Amino acid sequence: MASIGISGVRKSYAQFPVLHGVDLEIADGEFVVLVGPSGCGKSTLLRMIAGLEDITEGDISIAGTRVNDLDPKDRDIAMVFQSYALYPHMNVAGNMSYSLRLRRTAKDKIAGIVTAAARKLGLDPLMERRPRALSGGQRQRVAMGRAIVRQPKAFLFDEPLSNLDARLREQMRGEIKKLHQDLGATSIYVTHDQIEAMTLADRIVAMNAGLIQQVGTPLELYDRPANLFVAGFIGSPGMNVLTGRYEGQTADIARLVLDHGPAIPLGRAYPLTDGTPVSLGIRPEHLELSPAGGAGLAARIELVEPTGFGTILHLVTPGTSSIALKGFTLDRAAAGASREVSLGFPPERLHLFVEEKRVEPAS
Amino acid sequence: MRRKRLLPTALHRLAILAYIAFALFPLYWLLKVSVTPNDLLYSEGVRLWPSHMTLDHFAFVLKHSDFPRFFQNSLIVSGSTAAIVTALASTSGYALSRFEFRAKYLIVALMLLTQMFPLVMLVAPIFKMLTPLKLTNSLAGLTLVYVAFNVPFATFLMQSFFDGIPKDLEEAAMIDGATRFKAFRQIILPLTLPGIAATLGFVFTAAWSELLFSLMLISGNQSATFPVGLLSFVSKFSVDFGQMMAAGVLALIPACLFFLLIQRYLVQGLTAGAVKG
Repeated sequence: MASIGISGVRKSYAQFPVLHGVDLEIADGEFVVLVGPSGCGKSTLLRMIAGLEDITEGDISIAGTRVNDLDPKDRDIAMVFQSYALYPHMNVAGNMSYSLRLRRTAKDKIAGIVTAAARKLGLDPLMERRPRALSGGQRQRVAMGRAIVRQPKAFLFDEPLSNLDARLREQMRGEIKKLHQDLGATSIYVTHDQIEAMTLADRIVAMNAGLIQQVGTPLELYDRPANLFVAGFIGSPGMNVLTGRYEGQTADIARLVLDHGPAIPLGRAYPLTDGTPVSLGIRPEHLELSPAGGAGLAARIELVEPTGFGTILHLVTPGTSSIALKGFTLDRAAAGASREVSLGFPPERLHLFVEEKRVEPAS
Repeated sequence: MRRKRLLPTALHRLAILAYIAFALFPLYWLLKVSVTPNDLLYSEGVRLWPSHMTLDHFAFVLKHSDFPRFFQNSLIVSGSTAAIVTALASTSGYALSRFEFRAKYLIVALMLLTQMFPLVMLVAPIFKMLTPLKLTNSLAGLTLVYVAFNVPFATFLMQSFFDGIPKDLEEAAMIDGATRFKAFRQIILPLTLPGIAATLGFVFTAAWSELLFSLMLISGNQSATFPVGLLSFVSKFSVDFGQMMAAGVLALIPACLFFLLIQRYLVQGLTAGAVKG
């Protein structure tokens, strides 16, 4: 177990910068998830921690020791790959014990450790099988087993669940979380799936275009996204964003005049001058639906997507320059296609962004 | 339905049989002539099998000719060429497949360039180079030349096999605690056995049947390889077909044995199950 420090880390391939300076401190035993769209540099960062990529600039330290120039084998970390990367010519036991054999651990000790790990992961009946005779979920478990036998300083996960079907992914997600609770090992987990990020992480690191956008607990990112990117990336369906101009200097008259005319009362004053262009964000589940003719923004339900648990609504406002919004409701009766509704924007649920950055209300 | 498919199947099989017959006929003829007594060779006309057989030619070749020495020389040259080329090609193929380094594409281009010239053009300069090194008329010199000519192609061959093996595997091994070389030896090489077998087989046969350089660089029977040896059955006034063919049949044996030995590695699919399948 160990803490991991990343300071001023940059990465370029030839002349192309991929990471533009990343600073991050990961505490001992913490489960950190790096999340972001494809190409945001999250896997590159993970591979740099593992020692599989050179560090163009900056420092990475594990347990207080600078590891920039250490080979992967000397960093004492374990990694679970997206492809599992099991050794095809070794059986399950061979795969799991390889790292111990490389370290010349005594044979009886290896057997003990591997058996214990196999039992923990439910792999005991499969020990003699080759990887090709295993299902996807079993391979995934072997890959995890290979990582835990060695009790490394840190676990690195590179999108370990993205090759599994949805059902299995959910199950393995739970198993990874439980494993982390049992072992309490420092873990860094890369994914593009925000549900995985939300459910697994102690802290989420949201990345985009080679930069960290926000670091925080899952609910911090959900409740108070630092910028429009995080607002749009965390949460499903994604946050609605409306653009307009800010008006009014006191709480009772503060409002957002939408680009196409109507105004939305904000209920709180913000430290902005009148006429400042702002983006207003509201999550689909926070839009209040009431029968047409109410005080809110008039809209029509264009499409309904029932998920069973609730219903996703595709809404459009009337008029020539109509805007599309998404709503989410648990009330099946309210969700009827082509129904006219009125949308309420509860002030405590609103997120204001100026030039992509979050603005807090004036206290 | 069944009847309909019978005809195409029959034609298909017939075509394959015809091809096999065409390809194997020279080998059959080799065998036939090698067991035909000299007095029947010209007197019986064209027959598929002589009216009586003899092993005299084989006995003569083994007991009274230099053939056993040619044979041994060929084995030494081809065996060491195959081993050296495969070892070199494995490492260089791995480097081309996995590493980015300066002048990589220049090296690839140069290696391709070596494959463009007809070998005949190179005989004289190579002879000139080997003479001061005292490598003419020696098996070591011949091996050196064969190695040089076979390494580029074998490298590309091995590279394509390495390309087929996911990078994740050696990265996983390196994180597990292996050095890159150990990961190469313990994880990647075992998975490349089909490729290694193919390369060994290819290089061995190429060296085994090479005539031009062997003829030019070696003089005298002491270091001659068997393709050159076969020519010794051609004398000024006659060709001793029976003995020549018997020697040819004998020469086929090591090549056949070699392929028998490696054929089980020539099956692909060892990597199945390594990554998502």
